[in-house]
Amino acid sequence: MAVMSTESPAAVIAPERALPPVPGRAARLWRALFAPKTLIMAAVAGIIGYLAIVPLYYLLYGTFFDAAGFTLSGFERAYSANGIGELITNSVLFAIGASTLSLVVGTALAYLNVRTDVPFKPLFFAASVIPLIIPGILYTVAWIFLASPNIGLLNKILEPVFGPGVLDVFSLWGMIWVEGLHLSPIVFLLMVAAFRSMDPSLEESALMSGATRWATFRKITIPLVRPAIVASILIMTVRSLESFEVPVLLGLQNGIYVFTSRIYFVLRTYPPDLAAAGALASGLLVVAMLGVLLGNRAGKNTRSYQTVTGKGFRPRPMELGKWRPLAGALILGYFLMTVVAPLAVLLWTSLLKFYVAPSVEALKSVSLDNYRELAGLSQAGTALKNSLFLGLGTATLVMFLMSIAAWIVVRSRVRGRGVIDQLAFVPLVIPGLVLGLALSFVYLRSPVPIYGTIFILLIAYCTRYLPYGMRYAVISMQQIAGELEESAQVCGASWWQTFRRVLLPLLSPGLIAGWVYILVVSFRELSSSILLYTPGNEVLSILIFEQFENGQFTVLAALGVVMVLTLVVLVTVAYKLGAKVGLRQQ
Amino acid sequence: MLSIDNLTKTFDADKRTRRQARAAKAGAAEQTRVFAVHDVSFEVAEGALFTLLGPSGCGKTTTLRSIAGLEKPDSGRIAVDDRVVFAGSAGRCTVNIPANERGLGMVFQSYAIWPHMSVFDNVAFPLQVRKRSERPSKADIAEQVGRVLEVMELGYLSDRQATKLSGGQQQRLALARAIVTQPPLLLLDEPLSNLDAKLRESLRFELKRLQKDLGITTVYVTHDQVEALALSSKIAVMREGKVMQLGRPRDIYTNPNSRFVAEFIGTSNFLTGTVTANDGTFVTVDTTEGRLRVRSSAAVPVGSEAIVSIRPEAVEIDETSAGGTAANEWSGTVVTRAFLGDSVDHVVKVGKMEVRNRSNPTVSLAPGTSVFLRMDPDKLALVPVG
Repeated sequence: MAVMSTESPAAVIAPERALPPVPGRAARLWRALFAPKTLIMAAVAGIIGYLAIVPLYYLLYGTFFDAAGFTLSGFERAYSANGIGELITNSVLFAIGASTLSLVVGTALAYLNVRTDVPFKPLFFAASVIPLIIPGILYTVAWIFLASPNIGLLNKILEPVFGPGVLDVFSLWGMIWVEGLHLSPIVFLLMVAAFRSMDPSLEESALMSGATRWATFRKITIPLVRPAIVASILIMTVRSLESFEVPVLLGLQNGIYVFTSRIYFVLRTYPPDLAAAGALASGLLVVAMLGVLLGNRAGKNTRSYQTVTGKGFRPRPMELGKWRPLAGALILGYFLMTVVAPLAVLLWTSLLKFYVAPSVEALKSVSLDNYRELAGLSQAGTALKNSLFLGLGTATLVMFLMSIAAWIVVRSRVRGRGVIDQLAFVPLVIPGLVLGLALSFVYLRSPVPIYGTIFILLIAYCTRYLPYGMRYAVISMQQIAGELEESAQVCGASWWQTFRRVLLPLLSPGLIAGWVYILVVSFRELSSSILLYTPGNEVLSILIFEQFENGQFTVLAALGVVMVLTLVVLVTVAYKLGAKVGLRQQ
Repeated sequence: MLSIDNLTKTFDADKRTRRQARAAKAGAAEQTRVFAVHDVSFEVAEGALFTLLGPSGCGKTTTLRSIAGLEKPDSGRIAVDDRVVFAGSAGRCTVNIPANERGLGMVFQSYAIWPHMSVFDNVAFPLQVRKRSERPSKADIAEQVGRVLEVMELGYLSDRQATKLSGGQQQRLALARAIVTQPPLLLLDEPLSNLDAKLRESLRFELKRLQKDLGITTVYVTHDQVEALALSSKIAVMREGKVMQLGRPRDIYTNPNSRFVAEFIGTSNFLTGTVTANDGTFVTVDTTEGRLRVRSSAAVPVGSEAIVSIRPEAVEIDETSAGGTAANEWSGTVVTRAFLGDSVDHVVKVGKMEVRNRSNPTVSLAPGTSVFLRMDPDKLALVPVG
């Protein structure tokens, strides 16, 4: 049998013909340079580089240079202000507190769900997805309704026992509580994946060795999921450092400043001190990067173990025995706290003329007036349209770009592909507010009229959610065997054909999951929008923020209900469509 | 040593089966449960290697895990060394000692080597987690672990990260960890199934030697009949949660009590016919293609249906006839042959039936050759119909 060659098909078809003349080195280089594959890859790499680097450059430029040249005056003004030490302490305490709370709660729930026979398992899904859908600003407002010292519903309930205003959401503890609870579903999802991929016989063999449940958990389970724990700590710390809604809505009331709320405060005073804000933003950036560095250092010592063997026994949940009712009560409590109470209080408030605690009397004044007012508000329609446009646009753009970028990183042998991976990671450490500030630095100077249009928001969102899109795309790319692609090439498909006809369809479940995630987070984005929007370009979360500042709580609640409902519909439709398009994974 | 009485374990049926059961409306409550283990009883003698053999889903692993305490049976009784570790009936258990207090050793199919520990730490773990009062001193632990690692020929790998071991070494490490506490009973869940064929064969004998040397009572689960025959002192062949046949390997191989056992253990020819005579030592069966005499004391009445099971190596193939002196001589034509290295298989067409023969590699007959088949009445087995 003749040896099959991988050379050009022409050579196979007409073997009697002499080999084509070897093109010159320059010509070959020229052709390789302008092959569609190279062009597409270069374009994607360029866009990622542009989105990740340019804002940072302008942020630093605007902070360190004024009309007279290099200056540190921004830093002087920002860091000589009163209470700067307290600001740093608050930021660190808030970040550590919120990430610890979310880590403990999320990990415990994930373990109970995956490994034990805990009751109410169907609630887990709702409790893990719905808080992701509820925008941070609504979540925070809902907790104000629940636990503010004056009007808080929970305080009203607890008053007969503990006296008035026992819970104070406008404190550092309140901030940690709200942020931690809002982040816990993310930890839950990360840890569920980690526990699921662990071979249960690793724990069972510890039991067989005579170890107690607790010893097994401590010595086997936790060390094995340590990589996931470290990753969770890292993400949660950065997320709480860059959190905007909670510190601004809860902290400013009593003058508890963290970096983000301080930046916002500096920019809002007239005239806005851009250099000082930039100096604070640089500080926040440094703290966030330090966090990531420390996390990576800790992660270095933990190899991620290949614990899935594929031949494992069907995981059998552990029996909790006498602890089962207690675990059940905890789950119910968590579900009430994270899902039912915030949503219920929003819905209740949206039906009232002014906020009062639920009572028979109050029930009589219930009406749909707020929704009617909302319908008459022209801003609301515009904001909804803008949010939809930005959500869909960002999700589609990011996932498309990132699927190509992921191919470069995972599959290609191009030199410097690691740089693309790192560049796509950069925006993760840039807090939304800092990004907003940086982009305003860029486009206030840019001759291209982007500032003041909705496209500056699109650019901001795309930058912010690059890292998430990248992770989704890379993970699904890694799951696809290289042979599938190679066999398409052997069949004669070009790179682009292979990508479009073989890779994209196989990637679609992962890409759709990423698309839905980015759609949801863009739809509710606030912290970078707050510095970039101009009248006419408001999005829903901005509108809610404005109403909060104006004290229109009831209309705000109605708007919030509309927003949550829109998101629920969007996510449901997206998943239904996704099920049709791709091969859904279980 | 180990005694299991009337062990039963059921699972919830999956949704589809349940829906079907509801649609059928017949005994819906019964159908929503699936029997994983159905009234299983056996005894394992001190020092024996007892094998639970069967296809996947037959309940062998569930039985093993019930002994281990990782699975809670619905009813039955499990006793190790006269110590009852489980007793219960109708879903309510009176005794159920948790897995970590049963003090048994177990090797998992995946080995379950803890990847975050060294070889030494893996083996030391069972000693280190003992109650403070029973825990050996550090030096004692080091000494005991060292000894076990030496026995397993892993001593020189003691400091190595456990994930850096080869498949065979991991298997030995898992075994070392299981026996370091000198448990009364060792449970092995398909410990050879993750290895390649060559290694599996050598480790099979290694395992048998070790088990003999240590004299440790062992329950072994496998779906590989060759493994079961080579290792066991006794085998229980399981199917759909029930023990089909229990006996020594040789008995089970030569005298399968059902078509399932005969098929599962080795290959067999099955010839169906009618009993025409039964004198207590020999049973005569008439098939459509000829008459067979089988040595059997089974009380099968004349006129009833019977299946004769013939192992391929019990079929003798020859180009010339023995001239009517041999019992059970049939004539046929070779259809195909296959050279297997240590043997040659022929498929011979006799009338409408096909009979498989296995001969030593010196015999090789081309397809189309007319041949005679002789089947020794002593090597045939009668198996019940159905």
